[in-house]
Formats: sequence, C-alpha cells, structure tokens
Amino acid sequence: MAETLTMPKLGFDMAEGTLITWTKSVGDTINKGDVIAEIETDKATIEIEAQTGGTILKFLAEPGDVVPVGAPIAYVGAEGEQVPEEGAPSPAAEPPSQAEAEAVAAPPKPEAAPGKTEDKDEGEARPEYAEAKAEAEAEGAEEPAFIKASPIARRIAEERGIDLRRVKGTGPGGRIVKRDVEEFPLEEAPAAPVKEAAPAPSVELPQPSVGELPSGPDVEIIEISRLRKRIGQRMVESKLYVPHFYVTTAIDVTALLELRKQLNESITDEARKISVNDLIVKGAALALREFPNLNTHFYGDRLVRHKRIHIGIAVALPDGGLMNVVARDADKTALGTMAVQNREMIARAREGKVRAEEVEGSTFSVSNLGPYDVDHFAAIINPPEAAILAIGAARKTPVVLEDDTVGVRMIMKATVSVDHRVSDGAEGAEFLKLFKELLENPMRLLM
Amino acid sequence: MADRPITIREALSAALREEMQRDERVFIMGEEVGVWGGTYAVTRGFLDEFGEKRVRDTPIAEMVIAGAAVGAAMAGLRPVAEIMTINFAFLALDAIVNHAAKVRYMFNGQFTVPLVIRTTTGGGKQLGATHSHAPEVIFAHFPGLYVAVPGTAYDAKGMLKASIRDDNPVLFVEHSTMLQRRSPVPDDPDFLLPIGKSDVKRRGDDVTIVTFGKGLEWSTAAAETLAQDGIEAEIIDLRWLRPLDLEPVFESFKKTNRCVVVEESLPMFNVGAEVAARLQDELFDYMDAPVKRVAAMDVPLPYAAEIERMALPSPEKIVKAVKEVVGG
Amino acid sequence: MATPNKETLLDWYHQMVLIRRFEERCAELYQQGLIGGFLHLYIGQEATGVGAIAALKEHDHVITAYRDHGIALARGLDPKRVMAEMLGKVDGVSGGKGGSMHLADRERRFWGGYGIVGGHLPLAAGIALASKYEDRGEVVLCLMGDGATNIGYFHESLNLSAVWELPVVWLIENNQYGMGTSVARASGVTELVKKARAYGDNGRGMKEGPRIDGMNVLEVYEQVSEAVEYARKHGPILVESLTYRLQGHSMGDPERYRTKEEVEQYVASGPIGRFRAYLIEKYKNIEPKLDEIDARALEEVDEAVEFAKNSPDPTFEDLVRHVYVD
Repeated sequence: MAETLTMPKLGFDMAEGTLITWTKSVGDTINKGDVIAEIETDKATIEIEAQTGGTILKFLAEPGDVVPVGAPIAYVGAEGEQVPEEGAPSPAAEPPSQAEAEAVAAPPKPEAAPGKTEDKDEGEARPEYAEAKAEAEAEGAEEPAFIKASPIARRIAEERGIDLRRVKGTGPGGRIVKRDVEEFPLEEAPAAPVKEAAPAPSVELPQPSVGELPSGPDVEIIEISRLRKRIGQRMVESKLYVPHFYVTTAIDVTALLELRKQLNESITDEARKISVNDLIVKGAALALREFPNLNTHFYGDRLVRHKRIHIGIAVALPDGGLMNVVARDADKTALGTMAVQNREMIARAREGKVRAEEVEGSTFSVSNLGPYDVDHFAAIINPPEAAILAIGAARKTPVVLEDDTVGVRMIMKATVSVDHRVSDGAEGAEFLKLFKELLENPMRLLM
Repeated sequence: MADRPITIREALSAALREEMQRDERVFIMGEEVGVWGGTYAVTRGFLDEFGEKRVRDTPIAEMVIAGAAVGAAMAGLRPVAEIMTINFAFLALDAIVNHAAKVRYMFNGQFTVPLVIRTTTGGGKQLGATHSHAPEVIFAHFPGLYVAVPGTAYDAKGMLKASIRDDNPVLFVEHSTMLQRRSPVPDDPDFLLPIGKSDVKRRGDDVTIVTFGKGLEWSTAAAETLAQDGIEAEIIDLRWLRPLDLEPVFESFKKTNRCVVVEESLPMFNVGAEVAARLQDELFDYMDAPVKRVAAMDVPLPYAAEIERMALPSPEKIVKAVKEVVGG
Repeated sequence: MATPNKETLLDWYHQMVLIRRFEERCAELYQQGLIGGFLHLYIGQEATGVGAIAALKEHDHVITAYRDHGIALARGLDPKRVMAEMLGKVDGVSGGKGGSMHLADRERRFWGGYGIVGGHLPLAAGIALASKYEDRGEVVLCLMGDGATNIGYFHESLNLSAVWELPVVWLIENNQYGMGTSVARASGVTELVKKARAYGDNGRGMKEGPRIDGMNVLEVYEQVSEAVEYARKHGPILVESLTYRLQGHSMGDPERYRTKEEVEQYVASGPIGRFRAYLIEKYKNIEPKLDEIDARALEEVDEAVEFAKNSPDPTFEDLVRHVYVD
C-alpha cells in the first residue's frame, strides 16, 4: 500500500516550504531517514529526510512549488505498485469498509490546517497530542506480532508446517532456534499461517489431538454448522492474535432501572419500550466519545480511528450461534429511536432475516448476558475491534452506602475486554469508570 | 617416509633451504638475515651454506627491501624478502600495495612478481603499541597480493614452499609466539600445500569456529573446554586471507548453523566482518544465531602484561562467545 | 661510446620531433575529452630522454616516473600503441589499463612509467640486482624528476645501490619544479647531483656524476654514455640533467609559480631548435631532409591517432584479467 511523504514541519513557525530539488528520482529505493529533497523555508535551505522507506512511486510536487506543511509531496511503496488518484491520498492501512473511517497515521489533508481535521464532537481534544499518542501506540503495537526466531528455525518451521507461535524459544533472549523446531512434536504442529503481521488471515481451526472419533449408541455425531465454524474460527483468531486484558467493575443500576421504569410507563406501544440493553449501549457509546482509542480498529501496523460510534450488540440465536447487530451512531441516536431499531434488528437476526448492513461495521461491541442471570463474564474481542463490553445480571446486593450504612441496591457487573496492542489497563479502567458514572447518573444518558 | 614433529621455526628453515637448493634464483634479503642468522633464527646457518650473494643483509630500510625485491622479481629472480615484523611493513606499504600487487595488472600482464615477503606478527610479548598488532587483514584488502597466515609447522612448510614456487606476490605472515609449536611435517622436498585452501582442523557439529594464525591455538584450547560441556566445535583454519577460501566454512555452517570468528586483528573491518557478511549473504536461511567475533580490543596494545592480556583474545573469550551463540 | 654518424643524428632529430608532435596532439585530445585522467607532457625535455636512451645498449633497462611518453617513444615503442594507451584502448601498450602514466614494454626492457613519486627507484635497484645476480652485464637507466630526490625512496634506493654496487645510472631530470615548487624551495642542496656524496666516498659506493645541459642532445648522449659504462663496470652513478618543461606540470596547471617570460626564454633555447640549428650548420643542404622528417613525424602522429581511435575499448574480460598469474 502506497504511503505518502509529506512536507515536514522544520520549525515551530514553519507553515510552508518551497521545494528546491529532489535528490532522489522516481523508482529509487529509499530508506527511512534518507535525504530525498532540499527545501527552502523562510529561514534556510534544508535537506529533508524520508519519513518512510520504500520505492519512490511518484512525486506530487515540482521544484519551485510552495507546499504547505503536512501536504503530500511523494508516494512511496512497493516497486511497481499503483498510486492513488491525484489529489486523493488514501488512508495508509488496509481500507476499512466505512468511508467515514479516518486513518490516524495518514497525513492530514493538505487543505486543512491541523486541528480542524478532528471531529467537532471530540470537544477539547488536542489533535496533535492525539495523533502523537496514536502513532506511539501503533508503533508499540507491532511488537507482539514479531516472533523472534532464527532464519533456519523459520525455514524448518515452514518446511514442516510448524506454527512458530506455538514453539517455545530456548535460544538467547528467548529466540526460537533450530533445535526448538526440530524437537517440536510434528503431530501437534498445525499448519502455520504464512503471514504474521495482520490479524486477519484465515486460520485453519487448530485441531488439538483428540484421538479417534467415538461412535456407538451412547453418542450422537453432529456436523458443525457453517455459522458455528465461522464463529469458532473468528474466536480462535481473536484468542490467538489479540492479547486481551480485562477490567471489571460493579455498577449500581438502581437509578437506571427506576428511570427505565418511568420512561416505559409513558410508552404504550410495546414495540417502542426501552430495554436495559438499550441504556447500556447508549452508556457505552457516550463513554466512547471520551475514549476514541477504544473506538478503533487494529490493522497490523496501523490503527483506524472511527469518528462515528457503531455499537455491535451480540444476539444469541435460537438454533445456537451468535450474531452482532449494529446500533449505528449510538451516541447520537435518540434513545427511543435506537430502542425501536435495536428491537427490530434483534428480531430479524433471530429469524435469520437480518440485512447485511445491520451486522457490519461495528466499532465496539456489547455482549449482555444479564437476562441469563450470570454474575459476570469476560467476552472475546471481535477483531478488528479493540474492545468489547460484557454485562452481567443486575442483582439485589447488600452494599455499604455513602453514609456507611448497609443498604440493598441493584448491582450489575461489567467487564471490558481490551486489545493490549491498542490500549492499556489504565485506559480500560477509565473508560469503565465513565461508563459506570453514566449508568449511575442515568439522566445523563438522555441528554 | 614418516613425518617428523618439528617446530614452525624448523619448518620455515627447511622450506627456505629446500627451495634455495632447488632453484638458484631463490635468494633471501632483509634485515639481519645473514650474519645474525635471522632475528627469529629462521635463517641461521644460511649465510655459510649459500653465501653472501643469496643471503643478503640489507640496511634497515623497509621501503627499499620491499621495493627492490619487487624489481628483482620482475626481472626474473625469486626473492624471499624478510620484513622483521609486520609493523615495519607499514613503511613498505607503497611498495607492497602499489607495486607488488599492481604492476602485473596495470601493465596488462607484461610483468610477473614471483615474490615472497616473510614477516612476523602478533602481540602478547609486551612490546608496546608499535610492535604488537596483527594487521595482516590490511594487506588482504588488495587484489594482486596473496596473504598467508599459517598456524602449524605442517602448514608453514607446505605453504611457504608453495609461495616461493608461485608466480604471484605473497605476504607470508608468521606468528612470533608460535615459532616453537611442533607438529609432524613431511621431509619430502616436494611437499607443497595448495594456495588459497582453508583446512578443517577439528570436527564438531555444534558451532563453526573460523580462525587463522594464533587464533588456531586459542580456538583449539577453547574447543577442549567446550567439549567438556558437551559442545563440539568445528574449527576451520583459513590458512590464507587471500585467496580466501570460505567453502569449508559454508559447508560447516550448513551443519552447525552457528559461527564464531576468532582472530588477533583489531575488531573493525576484520576477517570476522568479512566472514559474517558472506555468511548472511550466502547462507541466510541457515542461520540459527548471529555470527560472533572474538578479536583484539579496539585499543593500541599497551606494555603492561596484565592489561595487554585483557586486550587480546583468549580461550575464555572464545568459550563465552560460543556459549552465546549456542546457549539458551 | 660510438660517435654518432649522420644517420643516427637524424634519427635522434626524428625522435625529438615525433615526441613533440605526439604530445602536442595529446594535449588537443585531452581537451577534446578523448584522453582522461592526468596528462604530464614532456615537451621541452626531449633532448634528455632521447640522448640518454641513445646511450644504452639494447639489453639495458629503462625505468621512469609518470612523465613517460617521451621516454617510451625514445625507447622505440610504437607510437600507434602508445597513442592507443592514451585513449584507453585495448591495443594500447598496457591494454588500456595503465594510461598515460603507466606505459611499459617488456620486450624493449622499458619497465614502465610509475605514478608514485620515487616509487620506481627501489624497483630500479631490484632490476639492477637481478642483472648483477645473474652476471648479465646489463645497466639500468632510472630517470626521475628533481622532486623525487627529496623523497625517502631516493635515500633508501641510492644507498642500497651503493652498498650492493648495483649497475644503475640514476638520472635526475631537473626541470626545476616539483609540480609547482621550485628546487630551491624543496631541497637543501640545489645542485642535486651533490646528493651522491651521501652514498659514496673515495671511489666506493655511489659516484657523483656530471651535471649536464639537458637541452643539448649531444651532450646528454656523451655524458650518459660515460655514466652507463661506469655503471656497467663499477656500480651506481648519479647524473643530473638540467632541463625545462615548457608545459605545465599536467593539464590544467595554472602555472602561478613561474612567469611567461621565463617560459619564453626556454622556448627560444629549446632542445629541438638548438639541435636543428646544429644539424644545418654541420651538414650542407640538410634542411629539406629535416623538413621531410618534420612532415613524417606529423604523419606518424596522424596515423597513431587514427589507429588509436579505431582500436576497440577493453572489455569486461580485460577488466578482470591479469590481477594474478593464473
């Protein structure tokens, strides 16, 4: 995928630079840090260095052009690669399906001054800080995907179909060395997926050694449905690739349940009544506004920050299996409207009549097992999403109140699972804290 | 005829004597080669045996020792010039590099330079900064020259005789602390070793140690220690830095997948750098660990014995390096 | 020493004119970009090269520094092949791999021009050693510039030749400038031949030879002939030839170190003009013959350039050949 090189900012007050000369040519291979051009600012003539490596595919500026800071000046990519249409530098990561997705690592568009590229809804967010942070996170995120193995260990693993992620390295610094793959039991070696960087490749479902298929009157042999297989595959991928961490909190939903009761009392049409889940989705969506990093997709070496918040709602299907329906713009959609939409989508999902657009594009997911009377649980992240919220049942619980007396409150436990490549525990905890505040002060959900 | 164990010094003497007896054009020139008998006593007795014409004492003048030897070789003689230590060869660098190595090429093959320049190398004798380094790699940089670095009496004899008989210029580098090392050497006056062939000095499956000269001694001691820990090192003695024969190294590395290069050279731009570069280039997919180098430290050698020792390679340093590439 | 007859004198005249025309053409070709690298012209010094080499026997040896075109032609190298070398062609005397500074011809015992100042001096000693070692009775004529007498090689080589009594004529071509530094600014003694005294005394070691007029081919011939015979019988001798290069050190020399007037003066007393005048005086009606030689020299240069231009470039095989004896 072609990347853009941009006019660097080489001084706190530099707004634009004049390209004097290219010191490299189209077709040249460059490394990050190579001098590629000379530019003139109002202070001096300065050599500029490539911000990324690769083959120069195209120049977007001619000597003499005055180019604003941050505007693209060249495309760099793999040799022979096509470059995007003139004037439309595309996001750098694998393109997400939503047109509204913003690739945080892509350069700001030339015509827009920094700071105006951010969604207004982000309020006081400082864009430069947010960008820097996202970049740092993207860099840090690469590490877990790298497997430290010697060249010959890699070669043997490939020949024998050994998945290096399953091999324990005993070499210096934990490197997987020749003997580790040679001694790796072959029958336990599932075919290795070839590429390692992105979490997207389709994985053959690893088959733990289970022995021969039993038969006889005591057992029934059932073919696995395609949906079941697909769920299994995705969950395996997620558990294999995505380093999950979990944060749990207990939320006092006494007020929330009371509010819902009041709201629904005024609604006569059953189909329009608001569910606890609708309130939870609303709460999660509002909390995500403050935590955009969790409203992010992970693409190997890039993060795709979503400016719209679409909450996936896990729906258990009557014949087994699971499906996500998507509450679009859940932070902005009025609660009543959302409740109707959710109810209809869930119904269609259970009837197997769901529409494609109703199950695609979630940026964050909620799984609510409250109706099943579970205390709490931890959900598996749905890649490429960065987090999922798991909700337990609301129960009458004795709690120590603020005046140190013990009272009975409705307590609901919530656990957020977060991709550690994208975020860290503190952010997960802060997100959960805000979510809790919103649910405990439910009037804020209506504002 | 059974091979007799003799010292490297005796092997060198025998090689010189045999070749001088064989070919009238072979003669020796250098500082103290005649009356003194050689500062390392390699040519003791030669003056009496061959006379002043063929055993020529020179002034202390390295530029002309090397340069005149080049001219004599071009004009049909087969000089064996002696530069007392390789540190003095820096004075003769122009004659060696610009003329010995290049006259054949720049005059399109009209001239040949059948020349051997013998010299000694190495530290460890408290001779201080100007007399102690082992800079033979410098000379191996230049096409047109051969560089011999024997590590045993057997090799010393066979390689020196081959060098004298060859029509190319050879810098023949002997290690000054190894002249008393003994090994069996054939008496055969036509015992020759091929030019530019390295040699497997020890078999092992766990790591390839590439070395030459004094490094052979350190590596052999290290290999014995390692064997007690169950690590079997294969030792490849390069014997020549030019022509550089890495085939046995590649063969060995395909088996061991790990390599340590041991040499007395300084650590930058040395044989280890060359071997490591070639291994990653040719056998990247066989690598199980980074190639490690054991060389002298990046300082001029000091006088004091205690710190001179620190600056030089040792079997302990080699053991440590091997364990780093083999270890867990 | 044989007294040169008319035929020999005309031959020397031809050599000198050929060298002059050849080098003038080289300067043109250099400016046209057909000759690359350095180009050190011998113009003005022809009498020294021609006279000194005339003093040698065929089995004697010649070796010189990088101002070597004139020496090569005087030693009888084919102008065509010398010009091909100038142009970097495969038919060049060094196969196009040596260039202007590295002409050589083993057959004619011309051991080459050498680009490192003084670097060929020990080689000359070695070649002389081989002659003495095998009792061949051959002498080495080693030419060098005045600048070479200040370099370490000079001391070591002359000293060794003295100690070993080697048959070498060390001939200093004192053209008065080592690049742009005059002899007086570069050497403790300006009468360079006196440097012999450091290497010999009382008939032992180096002989201090004459200081000769290097612009007079006859004097050069006579004096060097005596020196060659001395070297053949006894050992090394140092001779100084006073000469002048009429061109810059090499192409592109700004010549800030000398005046136009100084150069003009030497042009007027140049070796070719002087020798021509001598011949006209000595032989009646020789002028048409000399004109004919002048014309012939020009034709030879034309032919040489034609030959060189038509000679192929060296190939990849030439690039990698002769690094070693196979």
